[in-house]
Amino acid sequence: MNDASHPVLPTTYLHDALTINYEWWDTAPFPPAVPVPRQCRSVHVIRFENVGLRYGMGPEVLRDVSFHLPDKSFQFLSGPSGTGKTTLLRLLFMSLRPTRGLITIFGKDRSRITREELPHLRRRIGVVFQDFRLLDHLTTYENVALPLRVRGKEESSYRADVVELLRWVGLGDRMHVLPPVLSGGEKQRAAIARALVEQPRILLADEPTGNVDPQLARRLLHLMIELNRMGTAVLIATHDIGLMDQVDARRMVLSGGRLEIYD
Amino acid sequence: MTRASSGAGAIARSLAQRVSTAIGARWKRSLLRHGQTAIVPRENVAGRAMVLVIAIMTFLSCLTLGAVTLVRDTASTWQTQIAREATIQIKPAEGLDMGGALATARRIAASYHGVRDASIVSDTATARLLEPWLGPGLDINELPVPRLIIVTIDPADKPDFAAMRAELRQAVPNAILDDHRTWVDRLVAMSRTTVTIGMGVLALMLSATALTVIFATRGAMAGNGHVIEVLHFVGAEAIFIARQFRRHFLLAGARGAVAGGLVAVIVFVIVSWWSSRNIATPEGDQAAALFGTFSIGLSGYLGVALIVLLIAVLTAATSHVTVMAYLRRIEP
Repeated sequence: MNDASHPVLPTTYLHDALTINYEWWDTAPFPPAVPVPRQCRSVHVIRFENVGLRYGMGPEVLRDVSFHLPDKSFQFLSGPSGTGKTTLLRLLFMSLRPTRGLITIFGKDRSRITREELPHLRRRIGVVFQDFRLLDHLTTYENVALPLRVRGKEESSYRADVVELLRWVGLGDRMHVLPPVLSGGEKQRAAIARALVEQPRILLADEPTGNVDPQLARRLLHLMIELNRMGTAVLIATHDIGLMDQVDARRMVLSGGRLEIYD
Repeated sequence: MTRASSGAGAIARSLAQRVSTAIGARWKRSLLRHGQTAIVPRENVAGRAMVLVIAIMTFLSCLTLGAVTLVRDTASTWQTQIAREATIQIKPAEGLDMGGALATARRIAASYHGVRDASIVSDTATARLLEPWLGPGLDINELPVPRLIIVTIDPADKPDFAAMRAELRQAVPNAILDDHRTWVDRLVAMSRTTVTIGMGVLALMLSATALTVIFATRGAMAGNGHVIEVLHFVGAEAIFIARQFRRHFLLAGARGAVAGGLVAVIVFVIVSWWSSRNIATPEGDQAAALFGTFSIGLSGYLGVALIVLLIAVLTAATSHVTVMAYLRRIEP
Protein backbone atom coordinates (compact mmCIF):
# COMPACT_ATOMS: atom_id res chain seq x y z
CA MET A 1 0.00 0.00 0.00
CA ASN A 2 1.60 3.27 -0.98
CA ASP A 3 1.61 6.50 0.96
CA ALA A 4 -0.84 8.26 -1.32
CA SER A 5 -3.51 5.59 -0.90
CA HIS A 6 -2.90 5.24 2.84
CA PRO A 7 -2.64 8.68 4.44
CA VAL A 8 -1.29 8.73 7.94
CA LEU A 9 -4.30 10.31 9.56
CA PRO A 10 -6.87 11.88 7.26
CA THR A 11 -8.50 15.00 8.55
CA THR A 12 -11.87 13.26 8.66
CA TYR A 13 -10.42 10.75 11.09
CA LEU A 14 -9.68 13.48 13.55
CA HIS A 15 -12.36 16.00 12.79
CA ASP A 16 -14.85 14.95 15.44
CA ALA A 17 -12.27 13.63 17.78
CA LEU A 18 -10.63 17.02 18.20
CA THR A 19 -13.71 18.25 19.99
CA ILE A 20 -13.29 15.71 22.78
CA ASN A 21 -13.83 17.15 26.23
CA TYR A 22 -12.00 14.99 28.73
CA GLU A 23 -13.64 16.54 31.79
CA TRP A 24 -17.05 15.80 30.31
CA TRP A 25 -16.01 12.15 29.98
CA ASP A 26 -15.58 11.90 33.75
CA THR A 27 -19.34 11.99 34.24
CA ALA A 28 -20.76 11.20 30.81
CA PRO A 29 -22.41 7.80 30.42
CA PHE A 30 -20.72 5.36 28.10
CA PRO A 31 -22.41 5.12 24.76
CA PRO A 32 -23.46 1.63 23.79
CA ALA A 33 -20.99 -0.26 21.68
CA VAL A 34 -21.55 0.46 18.05
CA PRO A 35 -23.18 -2.53 16.44
CA VAL A 36 -20.99 -4.04 13.78
CA PRO A 37 -22.44 -3.03 10.41
CA ARG A 38 -24.09 -5.90 8.60
CA GLN A 39 -21.62 -5.75 5.72
CA CYS A 40 -18.70 -5.98 8.18
CA ARG A 41 -19.96 -8.99 10.10
CA SER A 42 -18.56 -11.38 7.56
CA VAL A 43 -15.29 -9.43 7.22
CA HIS A 44 -12.96 -10.98 9.78
CA VAL A 45 -9.85 -9.11 10.66
CA ILE A 46 -8.57 -12.09 12.64
CA ARG A 47 -9.88 -15.63 12.89
CA PHE A 48 -8.84 -18.46 15.26
CA GLU A 49 -9.85 -22.08 14.69
CA ASN A 50 -9.09 -24.74 17.31
CA VAL A 51 -5.92 -22.98 18.31
CA GLY A 52 -3.75 -24.54 20.99
CA LEU A 53 -0.50 -23.35 22.47
CA ARG A 54 2.04 -24.80 24.85
CA TYR A 55 5.42 -23.47 25.91
CA GLY A 56 8.06 -26.13 25.31
CA MET A 57 7.00 -29.46 26.76
CA GLY A 58 4.69 -27.87 29.34
CA PRO A 59 0.89 -28.16 29.52
CA GLU A 60 -1.30 -26.38 26.99
CA VAL A 61 -1.84 -22.76 27.99
CA LEU A 62 -4.58 -22.30 25.41
CA ARG A 63 -6.87 -25.13 24.27
CA ASP A 64 -9.15 -25.28 21.26
CA VAL A 65 -9.59 -21.53 21.09
CA SER A 66 -11.93 -20.54 18.27
CA PHE A 67 -13.27 -17.04 17.59
CA HIS A 68 -13.23 -14.27 15.05
CA LEU A 69 -12.79 -10.53 15.32
CA PRO A 70 -15.08 -8.78 12.82
CA ASP A 71 -14.06 -5.52 11.23
CA LYS A 72 -15.00 -2.42 13.30
CA SER A 73 -16.02 -4.55 16.30
CA PHE A 74 -15.49 -3.81 20.01
CA GLN A 75 -14.83 -6.52 22.58
CA PHE A 76 -13.27 -7.25 25.91
CA LEU A 77 -10.95 -10.16 26.61
CA SER A 78 -11.12 -11.07 30.27
CA GLY A 79 -10.35 -13.79 32.73
CA PRO A 80 -8.42 -14.21 35.96
CA SER A 81 -4.73 -13.34 36.01
CA GLY A 82 -2.53 -16.04 34.52
CA THR A 83 -5.19 -17.57 32.29
CA GLY A 84 -3.42 -16.64 29.09
CA LYS A 85 -4.78 -13.20 28.11
CA THR A 86 -1.35 -11.85 27.25
CA THR A 87 -0.49 -15.10 25.46
CA LEU A 88 -3.62 -14.78 23.34
CA LEU A 89 -2.71 -11.14 22.58
CA ARG A 90 0.77 -12.26 21.52
CA LEU A 91 -0.81 -14.78 19.17
CA LEU A 92 -3.03 -12.03 17.77
CA PHE A 93 0.01 -9.82 17.34
CA MET A 94 1.99 -12.62 15.68
CA SER A 95 4.80 -12.62 18.21
CA LEU A 96 4.00 -16.27 18.97
CA ARG A 97 3.15 -19.21 16.75
CA PRO A 98 0.38 -21.63 17.80
CA THR A 99 1.37 -25.24 18.41
CA ARG A 100 -1.83 -26.32 16.67
CA GLY A 101 -4.88 -24.91 14.97
CA LEU A 102 -5.35 -22.27 12.31
CA ILE A 103 -4.96 -18.51 12.66
CA THR A 104 -5.99 -16.25 9.79
CA ILE A 105 -4.91 -12.61 9.97
CA PHE A 106 -6.21 -10.18 7.33
CA GLY A 107 -7.12 -13.23 5.26
CA LYS A 108 -3.62 -14.74 5.46
CA ASP A 109 -2.77 -18.04 7.06
CA ARG A 110 -0.37 -17.27 9.95
CA SER A 111 1.72 -20.35 9.23
CA ARG A 112 2.40 -19.07 5.71
CA ILE A 113 3.35 -15.54 6.71
CA THR A 114 7.06 -15.00 6.16
CA ARG A 115 9.40 -12.96 8.35
CA GLU A 116 9.56 -10.32 5.63
CA GLU A 117 5.76 -9.95 5.56
CA LEU A 118 5.37 -9.65 9.34
CA PRO A 119 6.38 -5.97 9.74
CA HIS A 120 3.95 -4.94 7.01
CA LEU A 121 1.07 -6.82 8.65
CA ARG A 122 2.01 -5.56 12.12
CA ARG A 123 1.61 -1.99 10.91
CA ARG A 124 -2.09 -2.75 10.49
CA ILE A 125 -2.36 -3.87 14.13
CA GLY A 126 -1.95 -1.30 16.88
CA VAL A 127 -0.81 -2.64 20.24
CA VAL A 128 -0.92 -0.93 23.61
CA PHE A 129 1.30 -2.76 26.06
CA GLN A 130 0.56 -3.00 29.74
CA ASP A 131 3.98 -1.53 30.52
CA PHE A 132 3.64 1.11 27.75
CA ARG A 133 7.04 0.28 26.17
CA LEU A 134 7.91 3.89 25.43
CA LEU A 135 11.57 4.67 24.70
CA ASP A 136 12.82 6.87 27.50
CA HIS A 137 15.38 8.72 25.38
CA LEU A 138 12.77 9.88 22.83
CA THR A 139 10.25 12.65 23.46
CA THR A 140 6.52 11.92 23.54
CA TYR A 141 6.27 13.24 19.98
CA GLU A 142 9.15 11.04 18.78
CA ASN A 143 7.72 7.99 20.52
CA VAL A 144 4.33 8.49 18.88
CA ALA A 145 5.94 9.14 15.48
CA LEU A 146 8.22 6.10 15.77
CA PRO A 147 6.08 3.71 13.63
CA LEU A 148 6.20 6.26 10.79
CA ARG A 149 9.88 6.97 11.24
CA VAL A 150 10.82 3.28 11.02
CA ARG A 151 9.01 3.18 7.70
CA GLY A 152 11.54 5.73 6.44
CA LYS A 153 9.04 8.58 6.10
CA GLU A 154 10.26 12.15 6.08
CA GLU A 155 9.42 13.93 9.32
CA SER A 156 7.90 16.86 7.44
CA SER A 157 5.32 14.52 5.89
CA TYR A 158 3.84 13.39 9.20
CA ARG A 159 4.63 16.11 11.69
CA ALA A 160 1.24 17.87 11.51
CA ASP A 161 -0.68 14.58 11.80
CA VAL A 162 1.29 13.43 14.83
CA VAL A 163 0.78 16.79 16.54
CA GLU A 164 -2.96 16.54 15.86
CA LEU A 165 -3.05 13.03 17.27
CA LEU A 166 -1.16 14.11 20.39
CA ARG A 167 -3.66 16.92 20.90
CA TRP A 168 -6.48 14.46 20.47
CA VAL A 169 -5.20 12.21 23.25
CA GLY A 170 -4.65 15.29 25.43
CA LEU A 171 -0.86 15.42 25.18
CA GLY A 172 -0.62 18.56 23.04
CA ASP A 173 1.37 20.37 25.68
CA ARG A 174 3.50 17.34 26.63
CA MET A 175 4.87 16.42 23.22
CA HIS A 176 8.46 17.53 23.89
CA VAL A 177 8.65 15.84 27.27
CA LEU A 178 10.56 12.61 27.88
CA PRO A 179 8.50 9.62 29.14
CA PRO A 180 10.10 9.46 32.60
CA VAL A 181 8.52 12.85 33.30
CA LEU A 182 5.04 11.74 32.20
CA SER A 183 2.43 10.44 34.63
CA GLY A 184 1.06 6.88 34.28
CA GLY A 185 -2.02 8.13 32.46
CA GLU A 186 -0.01 10.31 30.10
CA LYS A 187 2.27 7.37 29.28
CA GLN A 188 -0.77 5.22 28.58
CA ARG A 189 -2.22 7.87 26.25
CA ALA A 190 1.14 8.23 24.49
CA ALA A 191 1.21 4.45 24.02
CA ILE A 192 -2.33 4.56 22.62
CA ALA A 193 -1.38 7.41 20.26
CA ARG A 194 1.62 5.43 19.04
CA ALA A 195 -0.61 2.42 18.38
CA LEU A 196 -3.01 4.61 16.40
CA VAL A 197 -0.60 6.71 14.40
CA GLU A 198 -0.66 4.33 11.45
CA GLN A 199 -4.45 4.16 11.60
CA PRO A 200 -4.56 0.41 12.24
CA ARG A 201 -7.53 -1.76 11.39
CA ILE A 202 -7.46 -3.28 14.85
CA LEU A 203 -6.25 -2.06 18.23
CA LEU A 204 -5.14 -4.57 20.87
CA ALA A 205 -4.80 -3.16 24.36
CA ASP A 206 -3.31 -5.18 27.20
CA GLU A 207 -4.71 -3.98 30.54
CA PRO A 208 -4.83 -0.35 29.39
CA THR A 209 -6.41 0.71 32.65
CA GLY A 210 -4.33 -1.52 34.88
CA ASN A 211 -1.99 1.21 36.12
CA VAL A 212 -4.31 4.17 36.31
CA ASP A 213 -6.92 5.54 38.73
CA PRO A 214 -10.66 4.96 38.08
CA GLN A 215 -11.16 8.45 36.65
CA LEU A 216 -8.39 7.99 34.10
CA ALA A 217 -9.55 4.43 33.38
CA ARG A 218 -12.92 5.89 32.49
CA ARG A 219 -11.34 8.46 30.18
CA LEU A 220 -9.23 5.81 28.47
CA LEU A 221 -12.27 3.60 27.95
CA HIS A 222 -14.09 6.56 26.41
CA LEU A 223 -11.09 7.05 24.13
CA MET A 224 -11.23 3.43 22.98
CA ILE A 225 -14.97 3.64 22.31
CA GLU A 226 -14.44 6.82 20.28
CA LEU A 227 -11.80 5.00 18.28
CA ASN A 228 -14.16 2.15 17.61
CA ARG A 229 -16.86 4.60 16.52
CA MET A 230 -14.38 5.90 13.97
CA GLY A 231 -14.00 2.45 12.48
CA THR A 232 -11.15 0.70 14.28
CA ALA A 233 -11.81 -2.79 15.69
CA VAL A 234 -10.85 -2.80 19.38
CA LEU A 235 -9.94 -5.65 21.72
CA ILE A 236 -9.26 -4.73 25.34
CA ALA A 237 -7.69 -7.36 27.57
CA THR A 238 -8.61 -6.68 31.17
CA HIS A 239 -9.49 -8.47 34.38
CA ASP A 240 -11.35 -5.41 35.65
CA ILE A 241 -14.98 -6.57 35.79
CA GLY A 242 -16.10 -3.10 36.88
CA LEU A 243 -14.66 -1.58 33.73
CA MET A 244 -16.40 -4.13 31.51
CA ASP A 245 -19.72 -3.61 33.28
CA GLN A 246 -19.71 0.02 32.17
CA VAL A 247 -19.97 -0.88 28.49
CA ASP A 248 -22.36 -3.16 26.76
CA ALA A 249 -19.95 -5.01 24.51
CA ARG A 250 -18.95 -8.47 23.43
CA ARG A 251 -16.98 -10.37 26.08
CA MET A 252 -14.43 -13.11 25.49
CA VAL A 253 -13.64 -14.89 28.76
CA LEU A 254 -10.58 -17.09 29.14
CA SER A 255 -10.71 -19.74 31.81
CA GLY A 256 -8.47 -22.76 32.18
CA GLY A 257 -7.05 -22.18 28.72
CA ARG A 258 -10.49 -22.28 27.09
CA LEU A 259 -12.39 -19.35 25.65
CA GLU A 260 -16.06 -18.56 26.20
CA ILE A 261 -17.71 -15.83 24.17
CA TYR A 262 -20.69 -13.76 25.38
CA ASP A 263 -22.08 -11.66 22.55
CA MET B 1 29.05 32.10 -31.74
CA THR B 2 27.50 34.48 -29.24
CA ARG B 3 24.17 32.70 -29.43
CA ALA B 4 25.88 29.35 -29.01
CA SER B 5 27.82 30.56 -25.99
CA SER B 6 24.68 32.13 -24.49
CA GLY B 7 22.80 28.80 -24.98
CA ALA B 8 25.61 26.90 -23.29
CA GLY B 9 25.57 29.43 -20.48
CA ALA B 10 21.84 28.97 -19.99
CA ILE B 11 22.22 25.20 -19.88
CA ALA B 12 25.07 25.53 -17.39
CA ARG B 13 23.02 27.92 -15.25
CA SER B 14 20.02 25.60 -15.37
CA LEU B 15 22.21 22.64 -14.47
CA ALA B 16 23.83 24.55 -11.63
CA GLN B 17 20.40 25.59 -10.36
CA ARG B 18 19.16 22.00 -10.47
CA VAL B 19 22.25 20.71 -8.68
CA SER B 20 21.94 23.48 -6.11
CA THR B 21 18.23 22.67 -5.57
CA ALA B 22 19.01 18.96 -5.26
CA ILE B 23 21.84 19.61 -2.80
CA GLY B 24 19.62 22.05 -0.89
CA ALA B 25 16.80 19.50 -0.63
CA ARG B 26 19.25 16.81 0.41
CA TRP B 27 20.80 19.12 2.97
CA LYS B 28 17.36 20.06 4.28
CA ARG B 29 16.37 16.39 4.55
CA SER B 30 19.62 15.66 6.32
CA LEU B 31 19.04 18.54 8.74
CA LEU B 32 15.52 17.35 9.46
CA ARG B 33 16.75 13.85 10.06
CA HIS B 34 19.52 15.11 12.28
CA GLY B 35 17.06 17.24 14.21
CA GLN B 36 15.49 14.08 15.59
CA THR B 37 16.89 12.09 18.46
CA ALA B 38 18.80 8.99 17.39
CA ILE B 39 16.71 5.84 17.68
CA VAL B 40 19.54 3.99 19.43
CA PRO B 41 20.10 5.73 22.78
CA ARG B 42 23.35 7.48 23.53
CA GLU B 43 25.96 5.50 25.38
CA ASN B 44 25.18 4.25 28.85
CA VAL B 45 27.83 2.99 31.27
CA ALA B 46 28.28 -0.26 29.32
CA GLY B 47 28.59 1.70 26.08
CA ARG B 48 31.25 4.00 27.48
CA ALA B 49 33.09 1.01 28.93
CA MET B 50 32.98 -0.59 25.48
CA VAL B 51 34.54 2.48 23.85
CA LEU B 52 37.25 2.52 26.53
CA VAL B 53 37.95 -1.22 26.16
CA ILE B 54 38.16 -0.82 22.37
CA ALA B 55 40.55 2.11 22.74
CA ILE B 56 42.83 0.16 25.11
CA MET B 57 42.81 -3.02 23.01
CA THR B 58 43.46 -1.05 19.81
CA PHE B 59 46.36 0.72 21.51
CA LEU B 60 47.88 -2.58 22.63
CA SER B 61 47.33 -4.20 19.21
CA CYS B 62 48.94 -1.23 17.45
CA LEU B 63 51.89 -1.33 19.86
CA THR B 64 52.33 -5.05 19.16
CA LEU B 65 52.10 -4.42 15.43
CA GLY B 66 54.64 -1.60 15.75
CA ALA B 67 57.00 -3.80 17.76
CA VAL B 68 56.75 -6.62 15.21
CA THR B 69 57.34 -4.16 12.34
CA LEU B 70 60.36 -2.74 14.19
CA VAL B 71 61.87 -6.18 14.87
CA ARG B 72 61.27 -7.29 11.29
CA ASP B 73 62.83 -4.13 9.82
CA THR B 74 65.77 -4.17 12.25
CA ALA B 75 66.53 -7.86 11.61
CA SER B 76 66.35 -7.21 7.90
CA THR B 77 68.70 -4.19 8.23
CA TRP B 78 71.22 -6.18 10.29
CA GLN B 79 71.14 -8.95 7.75
CA THR B 80 71.61 -6.59 4.82
CA GLN B 81 74.38 -4.65 6.52
CA ILE B 82 76.36 -7.77 7.38
CA ALA B 83 75.77 -9.40 4.02
CA ARG B 84 76.95 -6.22 2.31
CA GLU B 85 80.54 -6.69 3.48
CA ALA B 86 83.20 -9.38 3.49
CA THR B 87 86.64 -9.24 5.13
CA ILE B 88 90.01 -10.46 3.96
CA GLN B 89 92.37 -11.01 6.83
CA ILE B 90 96.08 -11.41 6.19
CA LYS B 91 98.09 -12.92 9.00
CA PRO B 92 101.67 -11.71 9.43
CA ALA B 93 104.42 -14.27 8.85
CA GLU B 94 108.18 -14.35 8.62
CA GLY B 95 109.35 -12.80 5.38
CA LEU B 96 105.89 -11.77 4.24
CA ASP B 97 105.71 -8.44 2.46
CA MET B 98 102.52 -7.24 4.13
CA GLY B 99 102.13 -4.22 1.86
CA GLY B 100 102.48 -6.34 -1.28
CA ALA B 101 100.18 -9.05 0.07
CA LEU B 102 97.53 -6.47 0.94
CA ALA B 103 97.76 -4.92 -2.53
CA THR B 104 97.56 -8.34 -4.26
CA ALA B 105 94.62 -9.47 -2.16
CA ARG B 106 92.85 -6.15 -2.75
CA ARG B 107 93.43 -6.41 -6.52
CA ILE B 108 92.13 -10.00 -6.64
CA ALA B 109 89.02 -9.12 -4.63
CA ALA B 110 88.29 -6.00 -6.66
CA SER B 111 88.52 -7.99 -9.91
CA TYR B 112 85.44 -10.05 -9.07
CA HIS B 113 82.01 -9.25 -10.43
CA GLY B 114 79.69 -8.17 -7.62
CA VAL B 115 82.41 -6.42 -5.62
CA ARG B 116 81.75 -2.70 -5.41
CA ASP B 117 84.88 -1.74 -3.53
CA ALA B 118 87.83 -3.25 -1.72
CA SER B 119 89.73 -1.04 0.69
CA ILE B 120 92.67 -1.77 2.92
CA VAL B 121 92.20 -0.81 6.57
CA SER B 122 95.02 1.69 7.04
CA ASP B 123 97.71 1.50 9.75
CA THR B 124 96.06 4.33 11.63
CA ALA B 125 92.61 2.73 11.50
CA THR B 126 94.04 -0.63 12.59
CA ALA B 127 95.83 1.06 15.49
CA ARG B 128 92.59 2.76 16.47
CA LEU B 129 90.80 -0.59 16.39
CA LEU B 130 93.37 -2.07 18.77
CA GLU B 131 93.58 0.98 21.00
CA PRO B 132 91.08 -0.27 23.61
CA TRP B 133 93.25 -3.31 24.26
CA LEU B 134 96.81 -2.12 23.58
CA GLY B 135 96.55 1.54 24.57
CA PRO B 136 97.30 4.74 22.61
CA GLY B 137 100.50 5.50 20.69
CA LEU B 138 100.81 2.02 19.27
CA ASP B 139 103.16 1.42 16.32
CA ILE B 140 101.61 -1.58 14.62
CA ASN B 141 104.74 -2.24 12.57
CA GLU B 142 106.42 -3.39 15.80
CA LEU B 143 103.79 -6.07 16.41
CA PRO B 144 102.66 -9.02 14.27
CA VAL B 145 99.18 -7.67 13.81
CA PRO B 146 96.87 -9.18 11.17
CA ARG B 147 95.71 -6.68 8.54
CA LEU B 148 92.26 -6.35 7.05
CA ILE B 149 90.76 -5.55 3.68
CA ILE B 150 87.08 -4.54 3.71
CA VAL B 151 85.32 -5.82 0.60
CA THR B 152 82.00 -4.06 -0.14
CA ILE B 153 79.58 -6.30 -1.95
CA ASP B 154 76.51 -5.73 -4.03
CA PRO B 155 73.90 -7.59 -1.91
CA ALA B 156 71.77 -8.17 -4.98
CA ASP B 157 74.56 -9.71 -7.03
CA LYS B 158 77.06 -11.41 -4.76
CA PRO B 159 80.52 -12.44 -6.04
CA ASP B 160 81.67 -16.05 -6.28
CA PHE B 161 83.25 -16.37 -2.81
CA ALA B 162 84.55 -19.91 -3.39
CA ALA B 163 86.55 -18.87 -6.47
CA MET B 164 87.79 -15.73 -4.72
CA ARG B 165 88.86 -17.79 -1.70
CA ALA B 166 90.75 -20.28 -3.90
CA GLU B 167 92.52 -17.55 -5.88
CA LEU B 168 93.48 -15.71 -2.71
CA ARG B 169 94.84 -18.92 -1.18
CA GLN B 170 97.07 -19.42 -4.21
CA ALA B 171 98.29 -15.84 -4.46
CA VAL B 172 98.50 -14.94 -0.76
CA PRO B 173 98.59 -18.14 1.37
CA ASN B 174 98.16 -16.18 4.62
CA ALA B 175 94.92 -14.56 3.46
CA ILE B 176 91.63 -15.70 4.93
CA LEU B 177 88.37 -14.62 3.32
CA ASP B 178 85.47 -14.22 5.74
CA ASP B 179 82.20 -13.70 3.87
CA HIS B 180 80.26 -13.42 7.21
CA ARG B 181 78.14 -16.40 6.13
CA THR B 182 78.08 -17.82 9.62
CA TRP B 183 76.83 -14.53 11.03
CA VAL B 184 74.37 -14.00 8.22
CA ASP B 185 72.97 -17.53 8.66
CA ARG B 186 72.61 -17.01 12.39
CA LEU B 187 71.00 -13.63 11.91
CA VAL B 188 68.61 -14.94 9.29
CA ALA B 189 67.59 -17.76 11.64
CA MET B 190 67.27 -15.33 14.56
CA SER B 191 65.31 -12.73 12.64
CA ARG B 192 62.96 -15.35 11.21
CA THR B 193 62.34 -16.77 14.68
CA THR B 194 61.84 -13.30 16.14
CA VAL B 195 59.44 -12.23 13.39
CA THR B 196 57.53 -15.55 13.65
CA ILE B 197 57.21 -15.12 17.43
CA GLY B 198 56.18 -11.49 16.87
CA MET B 199 53.56 -12.51 14.33
CA GLY B 200 52.27 -15.15 16.76
CA VAL B 201 52.03 -12.54 19.52
CA LEU B 202 50.29 -10.16 17.11
CA ALA B 203 47.82 -12.88 16.07
CA LEU B 204 47.08 -13.64 19.74
CA MET B 205 46.74 -9.94 20.47
CA LEU B 206 44.37 -9.41 17.57
CA SER B 207 42.33 -12.48 18.58
CA ALA B 208 42.13 -11.20 22.16
CA THR B 209 41.14 -7.78 20.83
CA ALA B 210 38.46 -9.29 18.58
CA LEU B 211 37.02 -11.35 21.46
CA THR B 212 37.15 -8.41 23.86
CA VAL B 213 35.46 -6.14 21.31
CA ILE B 214 32.77 -8.78 20.68
CA PHE B 215 32.04 -9.24 24.39
CA ALA B 216 32.16 -5.51 25.12
CA THR B 217 29.78 -4.84 22.23
CA ARG B 218 27.41 -7.58 23.35
CA GLY B 219 27.53 -6.13 26.86
CA ALA B 220 26.66 -2.69 25.53
CA MET B 221 23.92 -4.21 23.35
CA ALA B 222 22.37 -6.03 26.30
CA GLY B 223 21.05 -2.71 27.61
CA ASN B 224 19.30 -2.06 24.31
CA GLY B 225 17.05 -5.13 24.24
CA HIS B 226 13.96 -3.04 24.98
CA VAL B 227 14.76 -0.71 22.06
CA ILE B 228 14.99 -3.66 19.66
CA GLU B 229 11.69 -5.02 21.00
CA VAL B 230 9.85 -1.72 20.68
CA LEU B 231 11.15 -1.15 17.15
CA HIS B 232 10.15 -4.69 16.25
CA PHE B 233 6.64 -4.29 17.65
CA VAL B 234 6.00 -0.96 15.93
CA GLY B 235 6.61 -2.69 12.62
CA ALA B 236 10.28 -1.96 11.90
CA GLU B 237 11.89 -4.37 9.51
CA ALA B 238 14.79 -6.41 10.85
CA ILE B 239 17.16 -4.83 8.38
CA PHE B 240 16.14 -1.34 9.56
CA ILE B 241 16.74 -2.21 13.21
CA ALA B 242 20.08 -3.85 12.38
CA ARG B 243 21.12 -0.79 10.34
CA GLN B 244 20.39 1.60 13.20
CA PHE B 245 22.49 -0.41 15.62
CA ARG B 246 25.24 -1.10 13.09
CA ARG B 247 25.64 2.61 12.37
CA HIS B 248 25.63 3.49 16.07
CA PHE B 249 28.18 0.84 17.01
CA LEU B 250 30.34 1.51 13.94
CA LEU B 251 30.69 5.10 15.11
CA ALA B 252 31.26 4.10 18.75
CA GLY B 253 33.79 1.43 17.75
CA ALA B 254 35.54 3.83 15.37
CA ARG B 255 35.72 6.43 18.14
CA GLY B 256 37.45 3.99 20.50
CA ALA B 257 39.67 2.48 17.80
CA VAL B 258 40.78 5.86 16.45
CA ALA B 259 41.59 7.06 19.97
CA GLY B 260 43.64 3.92 20.71
CA GLY B 261 45.39 4.03 17.31
CA LEU B 262 46.12 7.73 17.68
CA VAL B 263 47.73 7.27 21.09
CA ALA B 264 49.83 4.41 19.66
CA VAL B 265 50.98 6.61 16.75
CA ILE B 266 51.84 9.40 19.21
CA VAL B 267 53.92 6.89 21.21
CA PHE B 268 55.76 5.80 18.04
CA VAL B 269 56.41 9.39 17.01
CA ILE B 270 57.69 10.35 20.49
CA VAL B 271 60.02 7.32 20.71
CA SER B 272 61.26 7.94 17.16
CA TRP B 273 61.87 11.62 18.00
CA TRP B 274 63.67 10.63 21.24
CA SER B 275 65.90 8.16 19.43
CA SER B 276 66.78 10.70 16.72
CA ARG B 277 67.56 13.31 19.42
CA ASN B 278 69.88 10.88 21.24
CA ILE B 279 71.60 9.49 18.17
CA ALA B 280 75.08 10.72 19.23
CA THR B 281 74.84 9.67 22.88
CA PRO B 282 76.01 6.26 24.19
CA GLU B 283 72.48 5.16 25.20
CA GLY B 284 71.09 6.39 21.89
CA ASP B 285 73.75 4.55 19.94
CA GLN B 286 73.05 1.40 21.94
CA ALA B 287 69.34 1.64 21.19
CA ALA B 288 70.01 2.48 17.55
CA ALA B 289 72.34 -0.51 17.24
CA LEU B 290 69.60 -2.77 18.56
CA PHE B 291 66.46 -1.24 17.06
CA GLY B 292 67.60 1.00 14.24
CA THR B 293 65.85 4.36 14.13
CA PHE B 294 62.75 3.26 16.11
CA SER B 295 60.66 4.27 13.12
CA ILE B 296 57.85 1.92 12.07
CA GLY B 297 57.68 3.37 8.57
CA LEU B 298 54.74 3.71 6.22
CA SER B 299 53.81 0.02 6.41
CA GLY B 300 53.56 0.30 10.22
CA TYR B 301 51.26 3.33 10.02
CA LEU B 302 49.16 1.61 7.35
CA GLY B 303 48.93 -1.41 9.66
CA VAL B 304 47.69 0.83 12.49
CA ALA B 305 45.04 2.30 10.15
CA LEU B 306 44.01 -1.20 9.12
CA ILE B 307 43.66 -2.34 12.75
CA VAL B 308 41.51 0.72 13.53
CA LEU B 309 39.30 -0.02 10.52
CA LEU B 310 39.03 -3.73 11.34
CA ILE B 311 38.04 -3.06 14.95
CA ALA B 312 35.38 -0.52 13.95
CA VAL B 313 33.96 -2.96 11.38
CA LEU B 314 34.12 -5.82 13.90
CA THR B 315 32.12 -3.74 16.40
CA ALA B 316 29.48 -2.95 13.79
CA ALA B 317 29.32 -6.58 12.62
CA THR B 318 28.95 -7.82 16.21
CA SER B 319 26.06 -5.43 16.84
CA HIS B 320 24.43 -6.59 13.59
CA VAL B 321 24.73 -10.27 14.51
CA THR B 322 23.48 -9.57 18.06
CA VAL B 323 20.42 -7.68 16.78
CA MET B 324 19.55 -10.42 14.30
CA ALA B 325 19.98 -13.11 16.99
CA TYR B 326 17.79 -11.10 19.37
CA LEU B 327 15.10 -10.70 16.73
CA ARG B 328 15.19 -14.42 15.97
CA ARG B 329 14.73 -15.08 19.69
CA ILE B 330 11.71 -12.79 20.10
CA GLU B 331 10.17 -13.86 16.81
CA PRO B 332 9.55 -17.57 16.52
